[in-house]
Amino acid sequence: MKSKVECQECGADISVPEDAVVGEIVTCPDCGGDYEIASKGGSKVELKPAETVGEDWGQ
Amino acid sequence: MVELSIIYDKVRFEEKVLYEKAQSKGVKSQIVDAKTVTVSTDSKKKDFAFGDVVMQRSVSHYRGLYLTACLEHLGFNVINKFKVAETCGNKLITSLVLAENNVPTPRTRFAFSAEGALETIHEAGFPLVLKPIVGSWGRGVFPLRDEETAGMIVEMREEDDSPLARIYYVQEMIDRPPRDIRCIVVGNRVVTAIYRYSAENEFRTNVARGGKAELAPITKELEDLALKAAKAVGGGIVGVDMMEDKKRGLIVHEVNNTVEFHGAASVSKTDIPGAMIDYAVKRVKK
Repeated sequence: MKSKVECQECGADISVPEDAVVGEIVTCPDCGGDYEIASKGGSKVELKPAETVGEDWGQ
Repeated sequence: MVELSIIYDKVRFEEKVLYEKAQSKGVKSQIVDAKTVTVSTDSKKKDFAFGDVVMQRSVSHYRGLYLTACLEHLGFNVINKFKVAETCGNKLITSLVLAENNVPTPRTRFAFSAEGALETIHEAGFPLVLKPIVGSWGRGVFPLRDEETAGMIVEMREEDDSPLARIYYVQEMIDRPPRDIRCIVVGNRVVTAIYRYSAENEFRTNVARGGKAELAPITKELEDLALKAAKAVGGGIVGVDMMEDKKRGLIVHEVNNTVEFHGAASVSKTDIPGAMIDYAVKRVKK
């Protein structure tokens, strides 16, 4: 079952897929804010603001 | 039983499937957030429960590079090695290493000031490609087709705050089909090869830029060249990027350290993450 977490920026619901793992990035559908999944236990999910893309990101 | 740590700073498709594959192969594994690791000169290997082998998968080049330096200092077996990450993370060093090892590579000129850049661009003639020496996903890669544009782009570079922006890497533009070839090399094996087609109105072929992937045949020529390029940078798990020069045949323009394979996995029947996990396990047993 998907979990719903409130966006810290705009208050919209961000749905986190059941198979998402800690460290994955989820995006708020309303404001586009990116969050990293900080912890996940059952349906309880905690998010933290994701790092912005750095100049040295990628392969 | 081999214990594996996959170090990430952002979990992408690749880290997720590597972790799942390791689990399914019975390899005791964990994913470790690079952002939470701290190391000191007093640290000892036993202070870190990272197991027998570490896969460095940080998306940030410098974070991955320097954390790898620390882990190797502690005695961990890291894939890829610091030296490989250092070479592959810098296009200038990669070009030098490829040339030194007689791997066919595009003719590339280097300059260390705006004046030098403009002079070498003028000498080379157009068309050319100006690339940042550190950076990926095709960011900051500019086709140069005339003196006027070249002058403006060099001027823009001079405005950039990064000291690396003042190191100029100017490459011949290869006369090639609108695609390049990404070869995924794991140890001494080319696991898969894909054509990457540029998106519409885009000369860069990066999948991150909307490029499309299609399976490419692993010919003897491609295999030999991919393995030679991988060996030149120090081996491990790398992505060797090639172009099909209409005159010279296959030439290697880049070798990638923390190789992304989402595009390749979408078209390849080969078990790419499985090959990577098997290689990591083999590295421990050697």
